[in-house]
Amino acid sequence: MGQIVLQQVTKSFGEVTVIPPLDLTIEDGEFTVFVGPSGCGKSTLLRLIAGLEDVSSGEIRIDGKESASIPPAKRGLAMVFQSYALYPHMSVRKNIAFPLRMAGLDRAEQDRRVEQAASVLNLTDYLDRRPGQLSGGQRQRVAIGRAIVREPAAFLFDEPLSNLDAALRVGMRLEISELHNRLKTTMIYVTHDQVEAMTMADKIVVLRAGFIEQVGSPLELYKNPRNLFVAGFIGSPKMNLIEGAEAAKHNATTIGIRPEHIHISAEGGAWSGTVGVSEHLGSDTFFHVQDTGLGDTVTVRADGEVSFRHGDRIFLTPRDEMIHRFDAQGLRIA
Amino acid sequence: MSTKASRSAARLMLAPAVILLLGWMLVPLTLTLIFSFQRYLPLRGGFQGWVGFENYVRFVTSSAFWPSVQATVIIVGGVLLITVTLGILLAILLDQPMWGQGMVRILVIAPFFVMPTVSGLVWKNMFMDPNNGLLSHLWRSVGADPIIWLSDASMLSIILIVSWQWLPFATLILLTAIQSLDSEQLEAAEMDGAPMLSRFWHIILPHLARAITIVILIQTIFLLAIFAEIFVTTQGSFGTRTLTYLIFQRVLESQNVGLGSAGGIYAVILANIFALFLMRIVGKNLDR
Repeated sequence: MGQIVLQQVTKSFGEVTVIPPLDLTIEDGEFTVFVGPSGCGKSTLLRLIAGLEDVSSGEIRIDGKESASIPPAKRGLAMVFQSYALYPHMSVRKNIAFPLRMAGLDRAEQDRRVEQAASVLNLTDYLDRRPGQLSGGQRQRVAIGRAIVREPAAFLFDEPLSNLDAALRVGMRLEISELHNRLKTTMIYVTHDQVEAMTMADKIVVLRAGFIEQVGSPLELYKNPRNLFVAGFIGSPKMNLIEGAEAAKHNATTIGIRPEHIHISAEGGAWSGTVGVSEHLGSDTFFHVQDTGLGDTVTVRADGEVSFRHGDRIFLTPRDEMIHRFDAQGLRIA
Repeated sequence: MSTKASRSAARLMLAPAVILLLGWMLVPLTLTLIFSFQRYLPLRGGFQGWVGFENYVRFVTSSAFWPSVQATVIIVGGVLLITVTLGILLAILLDQPMWGQGMVRILVIAPFFVMPTVSGLVWKNMFMDPNNGLLSHLWRSVGADPIIWLSDASMLSIILIVSWQWLPFATLILLTAIQSLDSEQLEAAEMDGAPMLSRFWHIILPHLARAITIVILIQTIFLLAIFAEIFVTTQGSFGTRTLTYLIFQRVLESQNVGLGSAGGIYAVILANIFALFLMRIVGKNLDR
């Protein structure tokens, strides 16, 4: 019951067009992530769906119902904000119950739903505290609780994890994914962090300057980036993009090869270079190899056991079947 | 500021200011206290002996005392009600983006810069004058009999004049408070299905609670002492004799310094009780 369809949606602020005509369908129950660099219009797109901004033109259909002109409260969506936007003067219980109170539900039903949401989110012990007395992760959960109790057609998340520290972020990421598996409700999640996008999404929408660059499952985007932008944006560390003679050998303007698809050896290989900075993560080691004659530094992933020193001469061999080829317009050559 | 020498140097440098302020406060207060226990009539030879608590008893048992307390309470309460209510509305209005915002804000604050005496006279002569005042013209233009403001509606007139003066103060403080409200909270409430009025009631008003207490606290302390507005308009007649004005009359019109001083001490005690009470409310509010 949570299909969201955008048709020829545009948004401009005065002269500036933030979203050029855009079509997108989000299927019921899908976890969709909008990802892109800051200022790409992903938050604006979310706010258009939420109804916090008016579309300049185009149609938004939620559940098959034309919704672009109805107020946010009536769209049946719940939003979790970056700042959590909890009401500081209300207890956690009242915060979570607020949408129910506004909907005019009776007290018993309010209490029942709040208790239920609190137990799902491990907030039962904190119901009588104020948001100011909670940690970042707990506040985040309260914000999610406030969204859950409304039993919305879809959840909208606006960079919900960006205010948390790294360890907590990983934990909350799992919790939100788990929540999605349990509720099976449509979720739209905005982030600039491609790791969040890759790990959580059923479908990723990569945006740049309001344009949709590619839509697809995480692995689709990883395996078949449609253009150079997506190729460089998805994957960590970034794909190595090589131009010039080496690319011409493959009949392309640019070729891309991911760090994990290059074999490293001390004896011999296709390319040679000297080891620059190496990052040891324990499980993996990333070498930044210089002086390869390929233009930029080439990043290579190797096993955690492989150890080369700064300045060592090494050889690199890309796996041919993993080379992505792009034409002069930056589009993928099939 | 941690070594012994620097700390004593700091004390030394603070001393002049502290001594000046203490002197400024203590000397008049002590004098008032001393006078309040004396029979002191400047026109009949000044000091005429110690009388104990007689002045205190006379001040509260005089027929003018309770009406003056009542007048004070009505004026303070009325002004607070008007300034806080209109202040909140004006602050919300001024928070909206509009053309010429800076200019409008300055204009709104302007009345605060007008001296009390001047504003009293302006209101008395330009607006409330029964013959030539703007208000009387307005009344006549719709065929009504002009109100003789300062005698028929004396209390309301004083409250209006003082409210006009203090509204900018309330607006200014409340405006800054509204500006500090996180807009995402309002958006969240909007998504949660709260209509405009509920958003005001459940989000904006609680957010303003602290600022409102501060406005009430500061204004009350100043409003308890309003004098000029009454002096230049009704001169304390038509039921507008506040406690402050009563004390003034006892000292200067009846030339009874002892009796007036006793009243002054009552006023000091009253103001302190009030301040203490409000401080605790503010303190509680600030804890959150």
